[in-house]
Amino acid sequence: MAKLKTAFLGKNRNCHLCLGLVIIAYIVIEVLMYTGSLKSLFINLLVPVTSYIIVALALNLVVGISGELSLGHAGFMSIGAFTGVIVSNVMATMISNDILRLVISIIVGAIVAAFFGFLISIPVLKLQGDYLAIVTLAFGQIIKSLINNTFLGFDSNGFHFSFITNTVTLGTGGKMLINGPIGATATDRISTFTVGVILLIITILIIFHFINSKYGRSVMATRDDRIAAQSVGINVVKTKTIAFVLSAGIAGAAGVLYGLNFSTLVPARFDFNQSILILVYVVLGGLGNMFGTIISTFILVLLPELLRFLADYRMLIYAIVLIVIMIVTNNPTINQFIKKIFRRKKAEGELNND
Amino acid sequence: MTNGRLILKTENLGIEFGGLTAVKDFDIEMKANQIYGLIGPNGAGKTTIFNLLTKVYEPTHGSIYLNGKDITKESIVSVNQLGIARTFQNIRLFKDLTVLDNVKVGMHHSVRYNLLDSILKLPKYRNEEKAVREKAMSLLRLFDLEQFADVKASNLPYGKQRKLEIARALGTNPKLLLLDEPAAGMNPAETAELMETIKTVREKFSLAILLIEHDMKFVMGICERITVLNFGQVLATGTPDEIRNNPEVIAAYLGSDEE
Repeated sequence: MAKLKTAFLGKNRNCHLCLGLVIIAYIVIEVLMYTGSLKSLFINLLVPVTSYIIVALALNLVVGISGELSLGHAGFMSIGAFTGVIVSNVMATMISNDILRLVISIIVGAIVAAFFGFLISIPVLKLQGDYLAIVTLAFGQIIKSLINNTFLGFDSNGFHFSFITNTVTLGTGGKMLINGPIGATATDRISTFTVGVILLIITILIIFHFINSKYGRSVMATRDDRIAAQSVGINVVKTKTIAFVLSAGIAGAAGVLYGLNFSTLVPARFDFNQSILILVYVVLGGLGNMFGTIISTFILVLLPELLRFLADYRMLIYAIVLIVIMIVTNNPTINQFIKKIFRRKKAEGELNND
Repeated sequence: MTNGRLILKTENLGIEFGGLTAVKDFDIEMKANQIYGLIGPNGAGKTTIFNLLTKVYEPTHGSIYLNGKDITKESIVSVNQLGIARTFQNIRLFKDLTVLDNVKVGMHHSVRYNLLDSILKLPKYRNEEKAVREKAMSLLRLFDLEQFADVKASNLPYGKQRKLEIARALGTNPKLLLLDEPAAGMNPAETAELMETIKTVREKFSLAILLIEHDMKFVMGICERITVLNFGQVLATGTPDEIRNNPEVIAAYLGSDEE
């Protein structure tokens, strides 16, 4: 009986673990920054790391909880990022407060990304099997190509737009928002680590509240057994759509945070490799395991930078590290060993309590 | 116990897979509150009929009426919302969810809050979640499963998984419950207990139960009416006594050494 019980991880416990981890990490990093013991290389990575953690959590909602494979989450990030750049630039003269501008950009970016998520889920989620993976894969590529060929400018007369060839001419004080393959340039870098962490905390709360609600239960039930879920009256298409749109929206919000952290942003940044990389974070963190996703994303985003001293061998070592992690986390002997240590500690703790 | 109102009626119900006729001209008339047995040799088409009634399969012939309403064209989801719930022969639980959550999933239509309530964890969400938890626990109590509430469904022993499936189906608040071999894999003591539980369920939720079962003691002891299938067609319909003494049924299914 006790054995059966430990097989199940308390849901709220998991949520609190994630929140605790994020808050402690935030405090530690802030203290380190304050005392000046962090390298600027690391400081520059803080906002991207938070963005990637948020996207990875969103993707885990689709892959782990809903059981569908999405290969296009970089596409939603891209939509969010460029929407954010547009919103933030247009509002630059109206709202001088950077934080407020960032928050509004994040909200608009999330809504636009969620809308695109809804559009592609209409045809796809009605089908069973790997169709979502194929369509999201194509979606990511299409979004990249579309933005690559978009020329969008803004001046006192409003927006100017052209496609494929740049015919945009701007009046005085005008600004190119998206300049084709060059992307967004001279963007105000208004993203901050603190806003990123707040967004991350909100994301964790939203995802766990969703999972523990009737919607989350329906999604997981559909993942476990589609026919049985239908037989108890669950509209499986609707349920999966809700999860996917929510995930797309969160990915869009993370994209805004990411996009407004760089003064230049090229559309090619969000390519297929990027989507796969996010999927790697999720898979290594564990499907449906939000806590693991946070840790694995943190490590895997920083790793290439930490390995920079290896020069040409950097990506080789990175790949080897990935393989080693996968072998280690899936090795039953090692898992048993870790569990044994964990259990012994727990038993000792219980003895001490008596 | 039974009143005259018909809860389920089918006319010439049938399905063909390619050229193969799996079920042909199946007629049934079930009264509200009745416990009805569907028996027959393996491959006779019993489970296929369940799949037709719940619209997992699309019937090629005939029609189905629930409470006088034609439900032949409804979907698998709406059939459940109209009042038919079922269990499966090869247990289909949500294996990675807890026992309690399995029942809660079944109750999800009676939970009234929207997405925003849940994401923001508004009071409405908390209250509704508390209510659904209590209702689910009381269903689990009925099946003696409450101490397993937080266990993953796939970790339950086989017999308890069957009971959980019934609890989950009851959570959808059905008028007609279809049980596909509820006593399969249970020992005699468990089977006797299940018989009592099924009777209690019928009284408590005032519903009709249609069940498939191979355990003749179980079927004869609990069912008020029985239909025997053979090769996809109705062989006989009647009370347990009539079925027991029907020479055709004895020849096809029961065997001469029965009792």
